[in-house]
Amino acid sequence: MPVFRSIVFSAALAGLIVGAVISAAQFVGTVPLIQKSEVFERKVEASKPAATPAPAVASHDHAAAHSHAVEWEPEDGLQRNAFTVGANILTAIGFALLLTGVYAIRGRPVGWREGLAWGLGGFVVFTAAPGLGLPPELPGMPVADLTLRQTWWIGTAAATAIGLGLLAFRPQAWAALLGLGLIALPHLVGAPVAPESHSEVPAALSHSFIVAVTLTSLLFWALLGVSTSLAYARISRS
Amino acid sequence: MQQTQTAHLPAIAADSSAVMQAVLAMALGLFIVGVVGFSHISAVHNAAHDVRHANAFPCH
Repeated sequence: MPVFRSIVFSAALAGLIVGAVISAAQFVGTVPLIQKSEVFERKVEASKPAATPAPAVASHDHAAAHSHAVEWEPEDGLQRNAFTVGANILTAIGFALLLTGVYAIRGRPVGWREGLAWGLGGFVVFTAAPGLGLPPELPGMPVADLTLRQTWWIGTAAATAIGLGLLAFRPQAWAALLGLGLIALPHLVGAPVAPESHSEVPAALSHSFIVAVTLTSLLFWALLGVSTSLAYARISRS
Repeated sequence: MQQTQTAHLPAIAADSSAVMQAVLAMALGLFIVGVVGFSHISAVHNAAHDVRHANAFPCH
């Protein structure tokens, strides 16, 4: 079977399973916290309909998307949860394609323990490193410009991935130094800072959310690493 | 040391067509994650809202 098809089939299978499992974990872990926070978000929006809370945020088209009036959004309840499951499955398939692509490039069988290690690498690259500068946010919290944050997030993930790759696969001392430097660099540059403004979201709620996101992401990446390695080993052999 | 270094090389250098296919699949994966997690289209944002927050993707 051609390599591309093996990768896509394994990633689709692993992503379908992991996306479904992680949705269940999110319905217990993160979704209730998001809904609690939206109560505060709506309260703020209702109290000042014309005046905008923070110019940096309000000037951005994204703020309009969140006025809950003009744009389409899924109905709360079944529809919203169905979209969450769908988006989780797509995200899992996307990341699974990355992991399985790596296994294919390795060119030798990748067992479940190695798959788990690759998954944990994904956790460091896509959750831990960007989360250090941009901790998981609840709706209604003050934030910096969206495009700036997305750029920093993507740059941090890329630098961390290259840094870890250099540390793991290049034995030279310069590579280790360069790798460590790349991992540290985005944090020395610093993530975009949110404007100083009061948030209605309680600190305890936002702390619980950070813990819930980190734990569900750890589960996501551990499951994705193991399931992609098992699926790819099976499918690429047939 | 030298031996472990050379032993890794053939494993990494799988044949070039396989590497191309793998890179293509990885690009597809990045594209999917990009649309679900980073698209500014508001309908996409609203559909994937809870997932963006739960993955700590930057959101509003």
